[in-house]
Amino acid sequence: MRTPLFLLICFVIAAAVFAGAIAFGNDYVFFAGYVVLQYVVLSTAWNILGGYCGYVNFGSAAFFALGAYSTVAIYKFYPLPIPLLLVVGGAVSGLVGFGMGYLTLRLRGAFFAIATLALAVVMETLVVNWDYVGGSRGAYIVRPEEIYPIGNYIRYLFLIMLLLAVAAITIARLIERSRLGYGFATIRDDELAAEASGVPTLRLKLVATTISGALMGMAGAPFPYYIGYLQPSSTFGLEYAVNSIAMPLIGGTTSWVGPLIGAVLLGSLQQIATVTISSAVNLLIVGCLLVGFVIVAPNGIVGLVHKYLQRKPDDFVGRRHVETESPETVP
Amino acid sequence: MTDLLRIDNLGKRFGGFVALESISLSVPAGERLGLIGPNGSGKSTLVNCICGTLRNEQGSVHFDGRSIDGFAAHERTRMGLSRSFQLPRPFVSLSLLDNIRIPLLYAVAARGTHRSAHDIEAQCVDLLREVGLDAKARRLPRDLTQVEMRKLELARAMAAEPKLLIADESMAGLTHSEVEDILALLVRLNEKGVTIVLIEHIMRAVMSFSRRLVVLVSGRKIADGQPDEVMRNPEVERAYLG
Repeated sequence: MRTPLFLLICFVIAAAVFAGAIAFGNDYVFFAGYVVLQYVVLSTAWNILGGYCGYVNFGSAAFFALGAYSTVAIYKFYPLPIPLLLVVGGAVSGLVGFGMGYLTLRLRGAFFAIATLALAVVMETLVVNWDYVGGSRGAYIVRPEEIYPIGNYIRYLFLIMLLLAVAAITIARLIERSRLGYGFATIRDDELAAEASGVPTLRLKLVATTISGALMGMAGAPFPYYIGYLQPSSTFGLEYAVNSIAMPLIGGTTSWVGPLIGAVLLGSLQQIATVTISSAVNLLIVGCLLVGFVIVAPNGIVGLVHKYLQRKPDDFVGRRHVETESPETVP
Repeated sequence: MTDLLRIDNLGKRFGGFVALESISLSVPAGERLGLIGPNGSGKSTLVNCICGTLRNEQGSVHFDGRSIDGFAAHERTRMGLSRSFQLPRPFVSLSLLDNIRIPLLYAVAARGTHRSAHDIEAQCVDLLREVGLDAKARRLPRDLTQVEMRKLELARAMAAEPKLLIADESMAGLTHSEVEDILALLVRLNEKGVTIVLIEHIMRAVMSFSRRLVVLVSGRKIADGQPDEVMRNPEVERAYLG
């Protein structure tokens, strides 16, 4: 399926989701849906580096928070429309992603993961001590009640995140099926052999950290408007790092569809648990599911589907099954 | 003939262990060079230094008339210096066809050679056919036997369209007829102008393929010359037979 057609289908589905949420007649659907969509973007972004390249990033919260605090910094200077804030948040986080990549990509495995975790700690310390954005006491963002012609502002935020999720999924799919995606797959499989085949592994890893960081930052940019009161603990929370890893792992990491399935499944479960039990059980749900999947389906839901389909070429089950297709041009 | 590869005074240490000691070697274009030596003699270390996987602390490597010291491994591959690994290192999540496609997408394309996706696909199938793996083109490497993995490794190195191909123990574990097949393949490549360095323990293969033989022992080059002469060299006999 060509990208324009895929994009069209995504827009149709997004329109149906938005219409469905309006038809539900309760704005809480938008509040809960926003969080699920935010995780779709975060897990898709994480998967570009973690799933495609095999580099586990524990610092998702740092990139997400950078996007959120970029918004706070700009809001205090001059409030800009959210689409512009997305660009700024993406640029700042992308730049930090590039820097992180430059400094850490000679590290592999657990060492790389620890370095990304350290990045999150460093970023949190900086934010806590930066008075301009509220420091440890936090910052208030007063959002408009309504926005023309959408209505309630939460609907607008939901729509923004919906479009961002479509963009993130399309980018991930485009990468997966391009020359870049083939390069990423070789890095994940064997870096030495990749270099010997002419793949510039360091450069590709920088591309991956930059794109991944930028998308995470974009996911965080509208967050202050969503939450209203932003404090370091709400953006650097463990749940962002854990969820953005667990969701692709549960969905399947070799394809764009894995993080989407994982985020929708896990995000919805967490939202249901928040309403019916308590938000405190969210991480417990993630932990239990993750343990279950590691034992039963180490390749995630996509892996299970793959097993079931027994090698049938299919657009929805990832790199291993698009092997007959020729790569599209790198964007 | 001009030298395609020239190694001057190359040295490599791992801590206190001297892996390579002042190796100098010239490989003219079109050469069929056999590189032999007992296990641990430094053959693979030398290949790793030539291909940029390891950095040499001493000496220099020239390829195609220019120094390639400081060049990353992928840059050397793009220049036309290709290798197969002693232990096959396939891209496990990619089909055989995609394994072959990678060097074409990266190494060959970097030389400014534009090919359509269809041409690349056809070339991948041709290469797999040459090594007898075309029937498994859409399969994953995990479905291959060790012997087939070695063939895939060689095919992937060939896909980079090298000027110099270093085949590091590509025939280990192969049957007599499979060795003959690979040798015939290497000879055909050489006849097309590709310089070949063959590292091998199967002496029958080395002797029938090589026009020149270099022997390494304990990181030192102890012989370099015509295969028959080299094998009569007392130092080589001592290294192999004790």
